[in-house]
Amino acid sequence: MFIDTAAEFDVTAYLRKETMPHFLCPGCGHGIALRALLWAIHDLGIDRDRLAVVSGIGCAGRLSAYIDANSFHVTHGRPLAYAAGLKLARPDLEVVVITGDGDCLAIGGNHLIHACRRNLKITCLMLNNEVYGMTGGQVSPTTAETRLTTTTPAGNAEPHFDACALAAAAGAGFVGREVTLHVPKLKELIKAGLEHDGFAIIEILSDCTEIFGRKNEMGSSAEMMMRQKSELRPSAYRDTVETPFRANDLPTGILARNDRPEYGAAYRQAAAAAKNGAR
Amino acid sequence: MNVVPAAPEGETHVRLLSGNHACALAAIAAGCRFFAGYPITPSSEIAERLSRELPKAGGVFVQMEDEIASMAAVIGASMGGVKAMTATSGPGFSLKQENIGYAAGAEIPCVVVNVMRGGPSTGMPTRPSQADLMQARWGSHGDYPIIVLAPASVREIHDETLRAFDLAERCRSPVVLLYDQAIAQLSETIPLDAADKRAPVERKWASGPREAYRPYAADGDGVPAMSRPGDGYRTHMTGLTHGEDGFPTQDPEAVARNLSRLFSKLEKHRDIIDSWEALDCKDADVLIVAIGISARAAKRAMELCRAQGVRAGLFRPITLWPFPEQALREAAADARAVLVPEMNAGQLRLEVERVLGGKPVEGLNLYSGEAITPADIAGRAVELAKEA
Repeated sequence: MFIDTAAEFDVTAYLRKETMPHFLCPGCGHGIALRALLWAIHDLGIDRDRLAVVSGIGCAGRLSAYIDANSFHVTHGRPLAYAAGLKLARPDLEVVVITGDGDCLAIGGNHLIHACRRNLKITCLMLNNEVYGMTGGQVSPTTAETRLTTTTPAGNAEPHFDACALAAAAGAGFVGREVTLHVPKLKELIKAGLEHDGFAIIEILSDCTEIFGRKNEMGSSAEMMMRQKSELRPSAYRDTVETPFRANDLPTGILARNDRPEYGAAYRQAAAAAKNGAR
Repeated sequence: MNVVPAAPEGETHVRLLSGNHACALAAIAAGCRFFAGYPITPSSEIAERLSRELPKAGGVFVQMEDEIASMAAVIGASMGGVKAMTATSGPGFSLKQENIGYAAGAEIPCVVVNVMRGGPSTGMPTRPSQADLMQARWGSHGDYPIIVLAPASVREIHDETLRAFDLAERCRSPVVLLYDQAIAQLSETIPLDAADKRAPVERKWASGPREAYRPYAADGDGVPAMSRPGDGYRTHMTGLTHGEDGFPTQDPEAVARNLSRLFSKLEKHRDIIDSWEALDCKDADVLIVAIGISARAAKRAMELCRAQGVRAGLFRPITLWPFPEQALREAAADARAVLVPEMNAGQLRLEVERVLGGKPVEGLNLYSGEAITPADIAGRAVELAKEA
């Protein structure tokens, strides 16, 4: 049944109650992202017995344990590589990867660009909270310039990634971005990603209130979320303002799309042809 | 589908194969249907052969972006219920170690071939070495058990590849197939007869109601039944320490119990894991302990010793880890001297010394990228016999 508002969706039917209480901090945006994913799965009627969620290390990586599906919490940076093996071996499974900005863009950066290039049907949710939260708040590849972290005591001087531009340049079949402030839009974007027949990456701008927000005096979770579309990540997202919220030109929604052949299907087709002596 | 077709009853088929090709073909015969790898000398022939053979067998070959991804993809495929393998050499073996530890801890069956070349670091890509013996056992961080097989001929690479998959599935453990470049790229005839046709071992799969399934609860043999995505169990697997339910825990009792079970799991399967060759050990003046190409040189050295009136025996671990301690103690019981020729600075010797506790053990070490010759071994063995 299609549900129109977030409040009507009963997320508890998709959660493993034995893993509660969850370990996310108060105000963390990751729970909203998780809810949006499960809502999208509900809307699409995906069979949880055939759903495989692969996650890496970090706060985002812990989410797979909460989902009542086949879940694999693997090594730091490698969920896309584990997922590639799983999807190639088991094309019947719906494979979702949950990763964070450090997991996906730093230690796992090589796997990301090759997942984009290879184009297996995997939906990757990259929860970008701009920081290594679990290890105590160190600078990440998406931390904006000047931000304070536990390893940038004078403010971050390194330029940061625009993950979506990176993924699009590497050939990803589907690239999207959304903020946790807009849950129904986020859910719809995840649905579109899940329906895409190829590699889909969705960057979800999440907030780390307790560690990153506190250190940078960014206020409450609600205030941080209101900033997601305004002053967050000024250089990559072309908007630096003093006001806490205003509509801006942060590119969200589907940012890039192509319909290259899905790799697993192409491989099996070529294998069948070879087996029949076509070459 | 068996691409090294076992001969019909009463007939023998003779194949000329290199070690690496024998490994690739035996993997398919063992039921391997997934290979992920990254090019590296001197193991690349395994990947090349499987890129051709696996699609024909209904399997998947993929060349990943790096060694780490190859190991990860192999574990991912095995989590999906498909028998999977990767192959590499020294530098790649180093890169795979973190994920090998994951496979040991989360108990995901897989086979890792490490064709040893000279090292350290990039070393000598086209030269043989035996310097990864300790890394194969201890390469990943933390405490974990692992099975390592060390074949010494093309025929044995074929047979041990079959056994590697069977042991991986039976014990839910990574299995390392460890051999040197000399055997990897050596071509030998291997006769295959009806006896080579055997049914590969199947993993113990979860059965019964979901509510009663405990993913990491084991019965007497210490090996938990594994669930397969799609079977309805919806299991969680993690590299974090976990309880019988598969979810992370730091409960000291649960953590210790699970790790103890990991170790006892392999101990309970020593009857099928352990394998060795013992030649003329009874009443030997000198016992030679060696693996791989060095053991083959040692066999010829035994003849040279005999010609000089010295009785030399050979103990050759085929399963290197867990080390066949008891068998070595028995083989060495009468020996007056023990000689360990190896193409490294003394790794096997450390283990032999440990097992034989107190008995003098002499090393013959060559790490120049050359193989140890029979004359080298015989010369030292005869000297030792005279000193003893």
